[in-house]
Amino acid sequence: MSRNVSLAKSIDWPTIVIYLLLVLMGWISVYGASYDFDHPSIFDFSQRAGKQLLWIACSFLLGASLLMIDSRIYDVFAYFIFAGAVFLLIITIFLAPDIKGSRSWLVFGPVSIQPAELGKFATGLALAKYMSQYNYKLKGFKNYLPVLFIILFPMLLVLLQKETGSALVFLAFFLMLYREGMPGVLLYLALCCIVLFIVIVRFGDVFLQGANIGSLGFLVSQIFILITELGFILVFEKNTKPVLLFLKAYGIIAVIAIGLNFFIKVDYTYFGYFAIAASIIYLFWISIRQRRKNYTFVAIFMIFSIAYCFSADYIFDNVLEPHQETRIKVVLAMEDDPTGAGYNVNQSKIAIGSGQFLGKGFLNGTQTKLKYVPEQDTDFIFCTVGEEHGFWGSVLVLGLYVGLMLRLLFIAERQREPFGRIYGYCVTSVLFFHFAINIGMVLGLAPVIGIPLPFFSYGGSSLWGFTIMLFIMLRLDVGRLEQMH
Amino acid sequence: MVNDDLQGRKTVIGGMIIFVFVIFVFQLINLQILNTSYKENADSNAFLKRIQYPARGLIYDRTGKLLVYNKPAYDVMVVIKEVEPFDTADFCNTVNIDKNLFVRLIKKIKADKGYSPYTPQLLLSQLSVEEFAVLQEKLFKFPGFYIQNRTLREYTYPCAAHALGSIGEVSQNDIDKDNYYTQGDYAGKSGVEKFYENDLRGDKGVEILLRDARGRIKGKYEKGALDKSPVSGKNLTLSLDIDLQMYGEQLMKGKIGSVVAIEPSTGEILALVSSPTYSPSDLVGRQRSKNFTRLNTDPYKPLLDRPLMARYPPGSTFKVVNSLIFQQEGIITPETKFPCHCGFSAGHLHVGCHCHASPLDMRESLQHSCNAYYCQGLRNMLDNDKYGTTEKAFNVWKKDIVSFGFGYKLGVDFPNENRGYIPNADVYNKIYGHGGWHALTIISIAIGQGEVISTPMQTANLAAIMANRGYYYPPHIVKNIKGAKLDPKFTQKKFTAVDPKYFEATVDGMEMAVLGGTATIAKIDSIRVCGKTGTAQNPHGKDHSIFMAFAPRDKPRIAIAVFVENAGFGATWAGPIASLMMERYLKGHISPNRKYLEDRMSNTNLMPFVTKR
Repeated sequence: MSRNVSLAKSIDWPTIVIYLLLVLMGWISVYGASYDFDHPSIFDFSQRAGKQLLWIACSFLLGASLLMIDSRIYDVFAYFIFAGAVFLLIITIFLAPDIKGSRSWLVFGPVSIQPAELGKFATGLALAKYMSQYNYKLKGFKNYLPVLFIILFPMLLVLLQKETGSALVFLAFFLMLYREGMPGVLLYLALCCIVLFIVIVRFGDVFLQGANIGSLGFLVSQIFILITELGFILVFEKNTKPVLLFLKAYGIIAVIAIGLNFFIKVDYTYFGYFAIAASIIYLFWISIRQRRKNYTFVAIFMIFSIAYCFSADYIFDNVLEPHQETRIKVVLAMEDDPTGAGYNVNQSKIAIGSGQFLGKGFLNGTQTKLKYVPEQDTDFIFCTVGEEHGFWGSVLVLGLYVGLMLRLLFIAERQREPFGRIYGYCVTSVLFFHFAINIGMVLGLAPVIGIPLPFFSYGGSSLWGFTIMLFIMLRLDVGRLEQMH
Repeated sequence: MVNDDLQGRKTVIGGMIIFVFVIFVFQLINLQILNTSYKENADSNAFLKRIQYPARGLIYDRTGKLLVYNKPAYDVMVVIKEVEPFDTADFCNTVNIDKNLFVRLIKKIKADKGYSPYTPQLLLSQLSVEEFAVLQEKLFKFPGFYIQNRTLREYTYPCAAHALGSIGEVSQNDIDKDNYYTQGDYAGKSGVEKFYENDLRGDKGVEILLRDARGRIKGKYEKGALDKSPVSGKNLTLSLDIDLQMYGEQLMKGKIGSVVAIEPSTGEILALVSSPTYSPSDLVGRQRSKNFTRLNTDPYKPLLDRPLMARYPPGSTFKVVNSLIFQQEGIITPETKFPCHCGFSAGHLHVGCHCHASPLDMRESLQHSCNAYYCQGLRNMLDNDKYGTTEKAFNVWKKDIVSFGFGYKLGVDFPNENRGYIPNADVYNKIYGHGGWHALTIISIAIGQGEVISTPMQTANLAAIMANRGYYYPPHIVKNIKGAKLDPKFTQKKFTAVDPKYFEATVDGMEMAVLGGTATIAKIDSIRVCGKTGTAQNPHGKDHSIFMAFAPRDKPRIAIAVFVENAGFGATWAGPIASLMMERYLKGHISPNRKYLEDRMSNTNLMPFVTKR
């Protein structure tokens, strides 16, 4: 039995099909988005659609080659690949020319590549290699440290290239860590951070007229913190009794607050602070008396949360750069500036919205063809789908992505070796991050973070990066069967 | 499996993926299906509807001579967002404006209500061909500036300004009333241009262009399948005889007044002179507003369309109508004689008359324009018992008068016709109380004075009724609209309340007036002219000179009314002018023995002295 036949038999065809569909639809969308009235041919290699065809052809070669290579090579060379990628990222900082403020492109004559795209799969391989060591467990500071280093070091390098969007992608690996044993509570805490941040930034300066509640943002945050506290207690205790006790106490405080406000105006937030402070003291007291570590955790959570609430405004105003601030404000509908900061998103929504149910038809998208949406063949490529193919086309494309990600989860889970599984989760996590942030941005649900839509966006680096990432996984999957036989 | 206890977490991750997917689908439903404003937004973004202006209809006279046509003009448009630094001095020189004006124009554009930096705004209108040619050459130096083609009206003859009318930029009111118009469009503002606006303007075409985010044009939408070509306006043939019109304007030079000539057999207006007049090209192009202000403040009111809007007492021309009504009502027969002792006397009342033989019959009364005859006639009618009361008798008289086209609009094809004024009994009841008035109270209306008011057009129409012996077609100036039908009311005979059989005697009187009465100056060799002089008393100054006539007596081809303000007796000025015009129209030339008359008319200035405000 020749090797090719076994490859054809054992390769995961659904993934290949979805991949081919996405790449093909991406190519057509790039053609529509970068349509030039003077160069209408899709095969004109001076135009973006033509170039994208070249990148696609290269990707296919790349993908095919990767399938030919022995799968064990990744396990063996993972660190070397990672080191190579890190090296590229470092020299990029020094060699890359300044393109629109970012120094992330290495220029080789007519071809430019973005090493950050290659850093993702390299990091994934390194993580898989390290975490698949015999007896490795994601527990204890000593075991976490190298993992954090593998994730955060390349991320830092990308940040130094002023590519904030690509750097944030590395956070996606924490999703993989969750699958590999990182406490779920950490993910939940991250979620809490985001929720509190949004609430404080969005509603921190909102004061409802008439109602004597102080800052709406802080009141909502307090309620959120208290509910989370009760949630934690419920999960840890698996008993509703202590939760009910807390609820009664809070109820009494609320009644006093409302009653008092009939006579004198007292800010409701003061009662909130009082409730939280009292809870913290009580929780510490119980944890000392009953030696309950969980209660200590909850108390500490509450202290940090409330401190975080006070610092969120500071972070927003002082840590973020002005353009990032604006992008967030646009998403939170705090700023409506369709000609300025909100231009991209507004035009993107117009393009997608004008597609309606059936779309305007291939190449009939006026908004995209006439370049109303900036970056529409790269980061905003999904606009073209939304405008020309409407609701059904958009849902189809989103469905393909979801199908691909779920399929990859399935593939990852069926690996015999932790290496394959960990790597599989890395691929899925990175894809998911790109998918959620890119589409979210285009639909006006997430702030504008410039990361491409995998397989769709124009550009060789991104396409090659994702192709390599995906086909290594497919090769590992084939390898799993090889070892079985 | 290595870590089975963590197996459940794949479900959590899968759930997150599906959760995000569901949120996206909801947002897509919101954007693409529930909210339709994005679609409208997109269209206004991307489609530039460029209007293509149709050529306005041409205007010809009754002999086929071209009167009004179009010439190209060029507007300078500016898209502020596309303007890059340029040589302002060079630009201003090219279009012949000074720099301060340029700065002011830009400021004005930006202050405009509908201002947008992305769309073309009108900077300068109506460049001359020369300015256009130079600017076109240099346009590449001035990014953001564009030239838009328009058409202006051009006139082959410097006359008939009031009849032709003018076009001007539409007002906000016009735009609100008719969605055909948009800001900056032109529409008829007066005369034929206004009345026949819908025929003349044509249909606008539209070119739907695709415009990219920077405002650049990227070709036609759907390859032009939805474009519409403009349809030119319809050409008009006027009933005006431009030679007669010019001749009339020449005769009326230096006078205030009107000439209206009508072809009785059709109601077509042959000449429509309003004096003082101006050249129609004064109100075209960039000098329009300057000239308009000048004409509008002129104390002689050259913009007033006098044939249709000036209100005069009809004077003695009214006797013609009264002679017919009295016959119809059985008050007199042509043979009835009334005495006249240099006027009409009844008690304390005395209406003067020049002294002539007495008594006179009806024909002679017209010949000599006897005041007493008509005062007596009116008195006999209003005091006649067969009507019951004076009031009832008066209303019969009023009904008869109105049937001659007085007191109401004739329905001519002009936008600003005045209806004149004929009172009814209620008016007098209001003034004098019920029963507080009788024939003698209002006797001056018998001779066309007092409350009765007519326009020159109505008087000319009376001449046409006389020519037709009892009916008229509503006067109109458009003979033919190419590709459309004329309003049918212009081809429907309108009979008066007086039986045609009574007309011949009155016509006798009119002819006698010319042959040997008050209007002998209007006599034309070898043509039987019937006419009636009028002298309308004018409380503000010298009497108005009035003359109405038609000729020839049999198969009349022209009916005419001439009003010359503050010129004295009808026979002195209005008569000769009417006569000369009829001669010119019927014979094509003026006989040598009347040349002196022509010269005197053309060269006399009768303009009253008016201090300029």
